[in-house]
Amino acid sequence: MFAELNSILNVSPEHFSTGEFVLLSDRQSDASFLLHHFLGFYLRAGCQVCFVALAQSFSHYSAVSQRLGVNLSQAKEKGQLVFLEGLQESLSILNPHDARTGSEAMDFLRNPGAGLQCLFQFVSSSVDHSRGAEDGGRGPPVLLVDDLSMLLSLGVGVDAVLDFSHYCRTAICSQLKGNVVMLLRCDGEDDDDDDVGSDDGSERLLRGLTHQCSLALHVQSLPTGYCRDIHGQVSSQVVQRQAGGQQRKMTFHFKVHDKGASFFAPGTSSAVL
Amino acid sequence: MAASVNDTCKQSVERTSLNPTSFQKKTRNKLLSIPGTRLSVQNGQLLVSTGVTSLDYVLGGGLAVGTVLLIEEDRYDSYTRMILKYFLAEGVVCQHELFIAAAQDHPNDIFQELPDPILDDVVMHKPADQPRLSSEPHGNLDAMKIAWRYQNLPKVQSGLASSSRFGHYYDVSKTMEPEIRQAAKCHHFYLPEHPRQSSATRSPVLDSYAALLKSIEEVIRREGFSVAAPLTKSRNILRIGLHSLGSPLWGDDLCCQDNPKHSHALTTFLYGLRALLRSSLSVAVVTVPSHLIQSRSLRGSITRLCDNAIALESFKGSERETGPLCKDYHGLLHVRQVPHLNCLTSQLPDHKDLAFKLKRKQFSIERLHLPPDLSETVSRVSRADAAGAAALASACDSGNKHLDF
Repeated sequence: MFAELNSILNVSPEHFSTGEFVLLSDRQSDASFLLHHFLGFYLRAGCQVCFVALAQSFSHYSAVSQRLGVNLSQAKEKGQLVFLEGLQESLSILNPHDARTGSEAMDFLRNPGAGLQCLFQFVSSSVDHSRGAEDGGRGPPVLLVDDLSMLLSLGVGVDAVLDFSHYCRTAICSQLKGNVVMLLRCDGEDDDDDDVGSDDGSERLLRGLTHQCSLALHVQSLPTGYCRDIHGQVSSQVVQRQAGGQQRKMTFHFKVHDKGASFFAPGTSSAVL
Repeated sequence: MAASVNDTCKQSVERTSLNPTSFQKKTRNKLLSIPGTRLSVQNGQLLVSTGVTSLDYVLGGGLAVGTVLLIEEDRYDSYTRMILKYFLAEGVVCQHELFIAAAQDHPNDIFQELPDPILDDVVMHKPADQPRLSSEPHGNLDAMKIAWRYQNLPKVQSGLASSSRFGHYYDVSKTMEPEIRQAAKCHHFYLPEHPRQSSATRSPVLDSYAALLKSIEEVIRREGFSVAAPLTKSRNILRIGLHSLGSPLWGDDLCCQDNPKHSHALTTFLYGLRALLRSSLSVAVVTVPSHLIQSRSLRGSITRLCDNAIALESFKGSERETGPLCKDYHGLLHVRQVPHLNCLTSQLPDHKDLAFKLKRKQFSIERLHLPPDLSETVSRVSRADAAGAAALASACDSGNKHLDF
């Protein structure tokens, strides 16, 4: 959890709005550090978290969270965190001779054209189950997805991913008043040549998800080139659909450290001041 | 007071003489005992060398065990092949097990072409190269002084090397001795020899990739490279070298068509490979002819599915090969991606302008710098023009003349 990002977004673990759909995206950069922030944030806030990790193994997330001061295995034992380790689950499907069967969440690998019903069933059951069992002091349910672009790489169509995100938004944001955070990693050269990458899968998905989201954080590398002291820039866009289309857009630079990240206004890096 | 200090000194001397091994090796982890590995300073990852010392430096110390290094092939696949051979040769010297898969050449041919290790070249710096100490007055007098302001500046090293020695040096002009080679345990996967099985039709992975993944998994399971395997014998590292994945010889049509039919076969295979490696003591180098792949998004997702990604761009066949600017190098090296593994940050390189060159015996990566232009026909502003411009400037604004130069 990065305190500076919280103050920029004007939230805190004690006080945050629900029913939000947060889209994290990146281009020629890596936005996964923001996902670690949101994971720690919602675990500290006491939410019921469902984490769909397609890109990395549990030990990776656990090691990073440890540095950020959150213990994932403890949260998993308590039942606060439901963790789907996509890499592990996919092994038994990609090597079919194996007798062991994992959960059915990754069944879309057998036939990627058929859609993501199984994955959504996993999400909704893990969210429902936790609410049914002991709804003690737990906050609203939260779904985090690491890397929707992995789904595209595995052969799932753009429309199926959009359906999945829409179902998740309806079930979690609207019905259960929870939050959804999804990460999408794109690979275009830059923003300017939109026409060239228009038929690109991840570009279409990015536009579709931007249309759905309520807060978009877009990470990209510096337009002026590689720099050791500034790792890139984040532009945040808060979408307010009710209040007459007033949209706030902010851009700030960031630097990722070993145990956190610092965010600052463009031009105020500690390296130049 | 002094006596007591002396006493304690004596005691300590006696103690050390009695017990010469007062320094105990810190054996925190059983994995530490694997030869040819070391722990990363940054995130505690187990690292192995790629065989090219300067490439290790670029990648932040080495390849982390459990990760994939993607090398985008140069146009003629000559330098990529060399790095792959370096990687495998380092495995042979460190007594790791090897797994070589190829569709074009037989893996045995690749195995026989491994470069010869130079095992006794510990002395790298000649004494003449070392900077002179200030306690040598006559030496200082003899040395020609160009400019006293520059004498305290550190000497610029264009070669990349980490401080501690890790990995070996190889002589690419010779091939490895057969007896060294035969000591290594090597598994092969040669696609044409492999029986085709058409059972996995419902799987999105192509038959060839499915067979390869299955074969890797079998080796990992059988030879006990899995992390979950019981600790019955000493652990070892499996080095996997996959040559030219995605080329048409693997039955893939990524390189041939704009809209390939099997556009997700390679990415699904790489996903499975990542899943396999993350749970085992193995490390893979994959070369892909990505300049043949038309779709940019496909290239991007292939890069993202590997942990490290570098690209070689050779000057062969381009006009830069003979051009005066880059005559010292054989090509450029682009670092596309460095891994974020078990930590938030990645080890970012100091600079991204890197070039590689192949000397007579050695492949090395250096930071790119242009040579000084010593030719007579340098396109500079000639002196007469400069004088004219200065005169013009002074005519316009005579007050600021001391600022012009």
